[in-house]
Amino acid sequence: MKIDVKHVAKLANLPLSGDEEEKFERQLASIIEYVEKLNETDVGNVEETSQITGLENVTREDHPKPSLSQDEALSNAKSKHNGLFKVKKVL
Amino acid sequence: MNYSAYTIQGLRESLKKKHFSSESVVKDCLREIEDNKNLNAFITVCEKEAVEKAKEADKKIKEGADLPLLGVPISIKDMYLTKGIRTTAASKVLDDYIPQYSATAVKKLENAGAIILGKTNCDAWAHGSSGENSDYGPTENPYLKDYVPGGSSSGSAVSVAANMCFASTGTDTGGSIRLPASFCNVVGLKPTYGRVSRYGVIAMASSLDSIGHFTRYVEESALILSITAGKDPYDGTTPNEKVEDYSSYFKKNIKGIRIGMPKEYFSKGLDKRIKEKIEKEVRYLESRGAKIEIISLPHTEYAIACYYIILPAEVSSNLARYDGIRYGSARQNFGDEAKRRIILGTYVLSSGYYDAYYKKAMKIRTLIKKDFDEAFKKVDVIIAPVSPTLPWKIGEKADDPLAMYLTDIYTVTANLAGIPGLSVPIGLVDGLPVGMQILGPHFSEGRLFQVGKAVEESGL
Amino acid sequence: MKPVIGLEVHIELKTKSKMFCGCSADYFGKKPNTHTCPVCLGLPGTLPVPNKTAIKWCVMLGMALNCNIPLFSKFDRKNYFYPDLPKGYQISQYDKPFAINGYIDLNSQISNSKSQINSKFKNKNSKRIRIRRVHMEEDTGKLTHGSVSGENVTLIDFNRSGVPLVEIVTEPDFDNAGDVKDYLQKLQQIVRYLGISNADMEKGDMRLEPNISVLKLKSQNPKVKTELPDYKVEVKNINSFRFVEKAIEFEIKRQSEILKKDETPAQETRGWNEAKQKTIMQRVKEESSDYRYFPEPDIPPIRWTRKDLENIKKQIPELPNSKKERFIKEYGLTGYDTQILIREKETADYFEGAVRAGSKDNIKPKTIANLIINKKINMEETLPSSLIKSIIKTSSYGKINTDKIIKAVGEVLNENPQAFKDYKDGKTQVLQFLVGNTIKKLKERVDPKIIVEVINKK
Repeated sequence: MKIDVKHVAKLANLPLSGDEEEKFERQLASIIEYVEKLNETDVGNVEETSQITGLENVTREDHPKPSLSQDEALSNAKSKHNGLFKVKKVL
Repeated sequence: MNYSAYTIQGLRESLKKKHFSSESVVKDCLREIEDNKNLNAFITVCEKEAVEKAKEADKKIKEGADLPLLGVPISIKDMYLTKGIRTTAASKVLDDYIPQYSATAVKKLENAGAIILGKTNCDAWAHGSSGENSDYGPTENPYLKDYVPGGSSSGSAVSVAANMCFASTGTDTGGSIRLPASFCNVVGLKPTYGRVSRYGVIAMASSLDSIGHFTRYVEESALILSITAGKDPYDGTTPNEKVEDYSSYFKKNIKGIRIGMPKEYFSKGLDKRIKEKIEKEVRYLESRGAKIEIISLPHTEYAIACYYIILPAEVSSNLARYDGIRYGSARQNFGDEAKRRIILGTYVLSSGYYDAYYKKAMKIRTLIKKDFDEAFKKVDVIIAPVSPTLPWKIGEKADDPLAMYLTDIYTVTANLAGIPGLSVPIGLVDGLPVGMQILGPHFSEGRLFQVGKAVEESGL
Repeated sequence: MKPVIGLEVHIELKTKSKMFCGCSADYFGKKPNTHTCPVCLGLPGTLPVPNKTAIKWCVMLGMALNCNIPLFSKFDRKNYFYPDLPKGYQISQYDKPFAINGYIDLNSQISNSKSQINSKFKNKNSKRIRIRRVHMEEDTGKLTHGSVSGENVTLIDFNRSGVPLVEIVTEPDFDNAGDVKDYLQKLQQIVRYLGISNADMEKGDMRLEPNISVLKLKSQNPKVKTELPDYKVEVKNINSFRFVEKAIEFEIKRQSEILKKDETPAQETRGWNEAKQKTIMQRVKEESSDYRYFPEPDIPPIRWTRKDLENIKKQIPELPNSKKERFIKEYGLTGYDTQILIREKETADYFEGAVRAGSKDNIKPKTIANLIINKKINMEETLPSSLIKSIIKTSSYGKINTDKIIKAVGEVLNENPQAFKDYKDGKTQVLQFLVGNTIKKLKERVDPKIIVEVINKK
């Protein structure tokens, strides 16, 4: 099963070079082949596990807490302007 | 380290009695780090801050303060956020990231008086089993030059093994504490999922990440866990489960403890020499009154496939926030392994493939957990190897990602089931360390320490 | 040509804190990036913990919309990339939302003044809009586009990131713009009655996205089952009630014209341009974006007991429909008047407060209603009791038969000659006694001034 690496990389917001596309296509093909092992088993009516803790109903009260300062929030941004994060214009 | 003869508890005693200062201990550790630079265990060393903190600790000790880790130097895996101290996840993407807050586990250790010496090297984003995937160069095994220390918590294991500090924090998502612990001859604990808060630790796979640590001795491991464990309001997956007094387990006899050995973990594929060492250890435990039983974990053969679907899926989502806007640099700077996992994960979650891969893997996960639930009805703990092989040479498996994944065969099951695992050293083979893991039901860390201490006492 | 319209409405909840973190949710007009924390900024290592009140309010809204509340519910990750989405995924709900299968009944759009006034009788022309689901999610940051140092840039403020949003999705049951407006007004009214949001379209705490298609009917027979159209157009940026009808009508017209030419309108997202009064293509809508939904591993699921849901239901105040029926029955008001009184809960509550205050003086509810409806009462400055006082002063005392008053006064003065003498001698405090007795005799509320006049004449 070959992965359409170009398409998937686009979904993943991951710019790849042509070489990388080729390399990953090859490497991932063998991994996909391996994980398809799972198709051997018939799991029947088993429930999916998405929460291993068994916890339920974990919520917090609606009490406001202090926020970061504007400086702290922006402290690691490479590009900012007037207290806002700045990027190249998006559509 | 001139203080390597001291356990953490012993060091605390001596500091209290003012036999020496925390400052001298810290300076000594910093020298050790410097002398062992070639091992590449650290990404960031906080020399000035550590000495400052040590002086503060000495002051507090003088005033009579008695916190469990007061004045004790430790290191932190560079996946944990440390406020004001550069945190990189060993990736160029976060090369200059200075966190605005600290992980809960870090805060707890600091509140207990521990002194952070620095941030340890690891596989970038914790993606790896050898320590070779770091964007800051591979870490070396202190036991044998040019050999891997295991990963992903490579630097953490080495920092403790090479006596650069007394304890180090790590993360274990598929074996990333237990494997380097066994490769570096130290004790590594993967606690029950949710036992220790994940808040402030860079997420790899949210449903698999376990927050643990390395020490040289089992009793020290218990001490660290007693500090980091507990419910955190910032982490909704930490249960209300009470934190036990783990030290009480060290007074108990292991007589009558039922130990299971899963046949699937001792079949072909396991290096015979490792098998022999484990069997020797088990016979010793038997001589102390433990009951040994062969058990079966029938879905073991699907564990890697299951893991390498769930893991990349969650990774691909967890790494989506690194877009360079609020912190970090562009996504092109991700290393190969990260890119592979992001692509693989995005693929298995994508339209048309979700049912066949992710959904199926979640069902297999239920079966794997059930295997353990059934086993723990018959036995109290399970003993198993950690790695099918001895540590390999750096570069040996670099070109074959799948081969690297397959080395996780004995460790991923614990993460899938959420159960705790303690890796304890059981000796050397050809100069290379071998470890053995003790697994138990959810929240059975006390029992693991109990058996682990017995293994420690075997002197084998 | 039959328009087929479905609506997605987002309501921003006015909780004190955000959906998954403790930052204040009151972000409007605040300095940028001052209401953020590691969680809503999507910093490395953060984890979400859901707001209990927000969840409760979402369920309340579902109940108010006649939904079924499943006992098991969970959050899911909706994965996509956009600069206003700090984590690269939005925590939302996919296949197990908090509420499903509800409805709102609209009154018919057929203009029938009689049916509006006589709404004591059930309106046989009411239309049911089915609600597919009501679920919780988190809001994104806010983008502004501009130019900095000559470069075209987008600026991001994350104060809004993480504020709780409830999304209400209808089935494509609408076929005209008027019904859409009616639905939105009803929904807004319910949301405001519940006190969970200001639901102000201009402020952005109520957002609308209609999905509009037009079906070329193959048969005129309404009983023949028609398939859904094979395309749909999403319209964004409708920011006020004023333009809802206009935008939808424009779009229906635009699509009908394309269909008349035997072409199919493109499946796309269009934006409403208020200045140009038309919709403009924004981007081509892919079949359905691949959001790669999977269950949110950081948030344990929600499981309700029947008792939990009963407790939540008890907290729902009387809703507009029930209040309307009760007002008509209890106070004998017309449907039309009631509609106005109950438009806002505050007005309805004020009205009832005034009714209670005026009950001992037998002030008719209709009188109070008329006053509130026709005069601009400042409810914040005039207490209901004060309103009653002013009614008593200015009401129809004058209409009482003056002869009756004269007769009554005469009787009182005859029965109390000493008091009358005292008053004539200048003891003015006796006046109150005489007036009071007159009123008692009349058994009606009368303006005391008139009685005094009559007494003085004697």
